[in-house]
Amino acid sequence: MARKLLLENINVPGIHTFDVYRQNGGYRAVEKALKTMTPDAVVEEVKTSGLRGRGGAGFPTGMKWSFLAKPEGRERYLVCNADESEPGTFKDRYLMTHIPHLLIEGMIVASFALGAKTSYIYVRGEMMPQIRILERAIAEAKNAGFLGKNILGSGYDLELYVQPGGGAYICGEETALIESLEGKRGNPRIKPPFPAISGVWACPTVVNNVETIAAVVPIINDGGEEYSKIGNGRSTGTKLISASGNLNKPGVYEIELGLPVEEFIYSEEYCGGIANGKRLKAVVAGGSSVPILPANLILKTINGQPRLMSYESLSDGGFQTGSMLGSGGFIAFDEDQCIVRNTWNFSRFYHHESCGQCSPCREGTGWMEKVLHSLENGHGKMSDIDLLVDVSKKIEGNTICPLGDAAAWPVASAIRHFRDEFEWHVTNPKEVME
Amino acid sequence: MLSVTEHKEIEFSADLISKFEEIVTRYPEGKQKSALLPVLHLVQAEYGWVSPEAMEKVADFLQIQAIEVYEVATFYTMFFLRPQGKFVLEVCRTGPCCLVGAEKIMTHIEKTLGVKEGEVTADGNFSWRGVECLAACGMAPVLQIGPEYTFYENLTEESVDKLIENLKNKI
Ligand SMILES: NC(=O)C1=CN([C@@H]2O[C@H](COP(=O)(O)OP(=O)(O)OC[C@H]3O[C@@H](n4cnc5c(N)ncnc54)[C@H](O)[C@@H]3O)[C@@H](O)[C@H]2O)C=CC1
Ligand SMILES: Cc1cc2nc3c(=O)[nH]c(=O)nc-3n(C[C@H](O)[C@H](O)[C@H](O)COP(=O)(O)O)c2cc1C
Ligand code: SF4
Ligand code: FES
Repeated sequence: MARKLLLENINVPGIHTFDVYRQNGGYRAVEKALKTMTPDAVVEEVKTSGLRGRGGAGFPTGMKWSFLAKPEGRERYLVCNADESEPGTFKDRYLMTHIPHLLIEGMIVASFALGAKTSYIYVRGEMMPQIRILERAIAEAKNAGFLGKNILGSGYDLELYVQPGGGAYICGEETALIESLEGKRGNPRIKPPFPAISGVWACPTVVNNVETIAAVVPIINDGGEEYSKIGNGRSTGTKLISASGNLNKPGVYEIELGLPVEEFIYSEEYCGGIANGKRLKAVVAGGSSVPILPANLILKTINGQPRLMSYESLSDGGFQTGSMLGSGGFIAFDEDQCIVRNTWNFSRFYHHESCGQCSPCREGTGWMEKVLHSLENGHGKMSDIDLLVDVSKKIEGNTICPLGDAAAWPVASAIRHFRDEFEWHVTNPKEVME
Repeated sequence: MLSVTEHKEIEFSADLISKFEEIVTRYPEGKQKSALLPVLHLVQAEYGWVSPEAMEKVADFLQIQAIEVYEVATFYTMFFLRPQGKFVLEVCRTGPCCLVGAEKIMTHIEKTLGVKEGEVTADGNFSWRGVECLAACGMAPVLQIGPEYTFYENLTEESVDKLIENLKNKI
């Protein structure tokens, strides 16, 4: 069995309650940090661990924490990003549902490290059940003296609140999330300044994903050095993978980074192969925003090396023959799935979710959706295929936030690897209609 | 968009107001606008939608302009700007769910309820719509029902029939 750091106790009955969580070693990281370490020592430990942001961008967490401006007399904030809405990604919801105290514990340790006295968990609004679970867990932790004034007699005070979103994918983008937390529309801000300099209410702010914050707990318990030994190269530690689509056993799995993709898809320990005895056609490995890869390129890199579940291996070959680990949303397509239809579906999603601030994104996503819709319905022209590539290129890199890129990449990669399928839709309009 | 209905005065209950007041304490002095989203959720849970009158009241309570409330209520998809069915079935229509049959489920719901997406049944009890990825793709197809946002996973036509029957019994 692979090593588990986050989900080890997930099946312990009652682990969602404070008492059971505590009996199973919970809140030791808070005790260790607050009683025996300085905030800077906690940041150092996280740096040593090599932990990278699990929200998708993979930015080194310890480094981000050390960038936090610390002007005297100014509040600073930690905000947990629990807006999870990237199609294919459902690990944060799973973690919060089943082991909420792991997130609360991580929030306390991370807030201590950053010197935040008030912290927020921004949860997507549809997750009302999870919001209630978290609020209950916070009340329990507070009752036991792990939140509130003078935690464990350390002199450190912390209040932790849950903030609901309102149903908008863009609010997962950290600056849109900050706007939303301020009670506004979720329009991303121009970066820099990064939130570390000017975030919520113009105060220095760190935004971290749920899984990133949870990973701080084992890092403090076992030490950053130990954590850095797990995984592969610069992809240290374990990662939660959300597996969906045509798999025998979809679900959330904790893997050691560096696991071969082939083993993840086919072994009984993980996804157990493709459902209904079908063959694998393609995979989107890191949530809907990352490039789709055909079966041969997801299993092996262009150089014939086994493809691994790690930041480096999944991006090996660049966008020509590789993809990205992203948020770890692993979507498998069987041989019967239509790539054109899925690409249209994703385009519709991005068009729907564009905040509308930049014209390339607002107009371009709508245009791609329309063209893909006509191709999918047998009304497309051969020139539409190059038109799509052209529109995607005009969006990429020309927008305030990466939602534009996220809309462009799936279209560009689907055409790159499955152009014949797009052409078939043009030459066989009758069969397409059926 | 905002509905142009007759202007009806509404009064928030003392209980609702005290919930609003608690929420405001979560933010620093003067930053009460941050309470807007949680407050709108409470309003919708109470009335089933957020009416222009309710938005004006919220603006008064938070000491912000009514336009600041409209801006937010129209941006976020969870806020209903007109009355809905008593039960709104929200089915995920995004890629991963479609790989395992979400479209079939939506067609089935449309047939069973006899109304198109966004419309309300004649008895005022049901409406349905497609929504984007609900972060439950491994349990697809899925739907949610507010205001509790209970999830129903691994849907089949049979389980949807049962669900609708159960909801009818609750009316
Ligand atoms: N989990 C989900 O549901 C989704 C995840 N994503 C992921 O989000 C990623 C893009 O996210 P972004 O935040 O735009 O990426 P980014 O690369 O701009 O930033 C990553 C993190 O590092 C910080 N950072 C970067 N440079 C910094 C500096 N010089 N000083 C201080 N802080 C710095 C940022 O503040 C941010 O927290 C995509 O790669 C995608 O995979 C996208 C959509 C949904
Ligand atoms: C359109 C868009 C949506 C995003 N959605 C999420 C999200 O739901 N959850 C998340 O953690 N990060 C999301 N991100 C990434 C955040 O901007 C940010 O990088 C992340 O929260 C930082 O946390 P980390 O360093 O712990 O990964 C999104 C980015 C973009 C561009
Ligand atoms: S890229 Fe799209 S979502 Fe991002 S700020 Fe511009 S319009 Fe809004
Ligand atoms: S695609 Fe339906 S829950 Fe994610």
